[in-house]
Amino acid sequence: MLTRAERQRGYAGGGLVFAGIVVFIALAVFALLSFNSGESDRPFFDAYVWRILRFTLLQAGLSTLLSVALALPVALALARQPNFPGRIWIIRLMAVPMGLPVLIGALGLIGIWGRTGVLNSALATIGLSEPVSIYGLSGILIAHVFFNLPLACRLLLAGLERLPPDYWRLSASLGLPARSIFRFVEWPAVKPLLAGITGLVFMLCATSFTLVLVLGGGPAATTLEVAIYQSLRFDFDPGRAISLALLQIAVTATILALMALLPTPKNDSAATGRAARRFDGSDLGMRVWDGTIVILAVAFLCLPLISIALAGIRADLVRLLTSAIFWKAAWTSLWIAFLAGVISLTAATAIINARAAIADARGPGITARGFSTLLASLSSLVLLVPPVVIGTGWFLLLRPYGDVASFAPLLVVMINAMTALPFVMRVMAPAFATHRQRTARQAANLGIFGFARLRLIDLPVLISPIATALSFAMALSLGDLGAVALFGSEELVTLPWLVYSRLGSYRTADADGLAFILAILCLALTVAGTAGHRVGKDGQQ
Amino acid sequence: MTASDPSGIRLQNVGLTLGAQQFRFDCELPAGAITAITGPSGSGKSTLLNLIAGFEMPESGRVMIGKRNVAALHPSERPVSLVFQDNNLFAHLDLFTNIGLGIHPALKLSADDRKRISQALTRVGLGGYEKRTPGTLSGGERQRAAFARALVRQRPVLLLDEPFAALDPGLRQTMAALLLDLHRETGNTIAIVTHDAGEVRQLADHALFIDHGEVTLQAEIEVFLMRRDVPGLTEFLDL
Repeated sequence: MLTRAERQRGYAGGGLVFAGIVVFIALAVFALLSFNSGESDRPFFDAYVWRILRFTLLQAGLSTLLSVALALPVALALARQPNFPGRIWIIRLMAVPMGLPVLIGALGLIGIWGRTGVLNSALATIGLSEPVSIYGLSGILIAHVFFNLPLACRLLLAGLERLPPDYWRLSASLGLPARSIFRFVEWPAVKPLLAGITGLVFMLCATSFTLVLVLGGGPAATTLEVAIYQSLRFDFDPGRAISLALLQIAVTATILALMALLPTPKNDSAATGRAARRFDGSDLGMRVWDGTIVILAVAFLCLPLISIALAGIRADLVRLLTSAIFWKAAWTSLWIAFLAGVISLTAATAIINARAAIADARGPGITARGFSTLLASLSSLVLLVPPVVIGTGWFLLLRPYGDVASFAPLLVVMINAMTALPFVMRVMAPAFATHRQRTARQAANLGIFGFARLRLIDLPVLISPIATALSFAMALSLGDLGAVALFGSEELVTLPWLVYSRLGSYRTADADGLAFILAILCLALTVAGTAGHRVGKDGQQ
Repeated sequence: MTASDPSGIRLQNVGLTLGAQQFRFDCELPAGAITAITGPSGSGKSTLLNLIAGFEMPESGRVMIGKRNVAALHPSERPVSLVFQDNNLFAHLDLFTNIGLGIHPALKLSADDRKRISQALTRVGLGGYEKRTPGTLSGGERQRAAFARALVRQRPVLLLDEPFAALDPGLRQTMAALLLDLHRETGNTIAIVTHDAGEVRQLADHALFIDHGEVTLQAEIEVFLMRRDVPGLTEFLDL
């Protein structure tokens, strides 16, 4: 249905983007592989490296287990209580940690679980002296559960809500007790999702950088990503950074390969909040149990968020907002985020158009179909090589050509654009596909092509998913510490970097205030993006 | 389980408000008979069925099954079996389990129970289908399996909510004949919500016509089919 020119443009754009991303990643990996550290006496993988690998996998495994195991009762309770007060807001709350910059979440968690945090103060007043530690393994676990429990919970809840409402009427009429409902209805609905969710959460925890940097970091609690950063930034030991980076790629490749074998959790139909009537949640015992679980989960998620807000308000916001360094950081953050967002969206559009062009061709050859699959897997390729590894590679690559600091902003933009690509694709691809399905025949029949088509047919509908994708990408980049951690300097200061360095120099109040401002910025972006989306949707109907 | 069982259904001044719509039901479904519940879309046919089954609780009035007011009872405590238009079976469980859950809700089955399940399957024409899952069956076969479960449950009342609406016209005839056979064997009280005037003629001993949340006519079938003075009924019967 596309014209010949449209199809050729599609192929060309897809090819360019594909080549660009592959070259960008491959050069970084190549630089790592070919680097000669000059210390041939040390084994490539020494005891230190193995210890870090072990810890990376251990914390990821435990984090995953805790997140998913605790998410299950919460999802069951929310599904069973469709009339729970504020249920829709609780489900929306579950989306907040996913959009919250990780660094800010970490600060909130410290506010609750830290040595002088609310929880330990409360424990002290009732006479318990042993504080819960937010640092080290226990802290990393708490933080990973904070970020991943809501994700797992939403996916599980969506699975439960996909069940036909008749099942609950049937269960009630057959008089199935709670145990039978779990065994015969709920568990069979949830079980096929668990593998995919576990894989996703494990991947996120194994590659988690910021949380481990802030809450772990000591030699006993360091993951591969943080160790790469430390060996480059503090020890300046590129040899070790390279062994760690290669190990990291091996780990992510293994996880991705395993995940490819598992069914992926359906993200497109995440919990809508529309729930079927349940007849098994009305007796008192069940209500008390469900209520307790949901309230505990809400407290666990809400308290750190409240702590961020309170600590932020207590900070000297006026002084922070009028300081030159804040404006410099904010300005840098915003233009990096905007550029990264635009690049990410451009790449995503090219990929989507190229895949559509291939799908449109009558009987595409094996090459074309292979290329289409490759394009689809680009997102995974981006996940395969984590930002810190790409950064390390380019750091080595550019060092001979002058001060790395002068290339730094561009690198941060590119890395952030790539990190955002999977998310941008997830927002844009389905919207573009639906739009094409609705309009392609008509537009071809009426002969609407090129700019007229863009202006009259495509933009009015697609502007809202584009806005959503851009705001997500910008929020992601705005809150990111991973890429900028390697390159941050006097010349390159972003907001997260400023928060992190204030935290490092024990100016906690400033860090809290800046984190609060950053959180509001990210929240505003996300709200703006999704609000536009909603209006657009209504407009279509 | 015989016709002499006190399983007649009576709704006395039952009032219910759902959203903006008000319902007021006063009607009787005689014991051991098949009563068709008819009326335009949205008139309250399914609501009436839900009140009897226990999925809706009346705000006022009594729901009598036999001599007992069941208005406050949980669906599982009512002497009722159900067959909906679709999703009567858990799609991920085989027929044996689906039907077994009708006998014991935690699937603790005796050897005798197992035999009964197989017999019920054979009775509805699905002999040997114990290990099949609903996804591998046709729509008609799935409804047969739902009938098999109703058989093993041995409840004096069977409620059917447009059970054949998703089936081809030819198949509907066959399924209606099967339902009649089973009804003659068990003598249970049946309420069937239907859109299909042919089904009413073929199956029903009694019929209700519901309009705007109220029963505007209840009568024996011969009378019901002759009435021309009830708004909406003529259109329904002529369709």
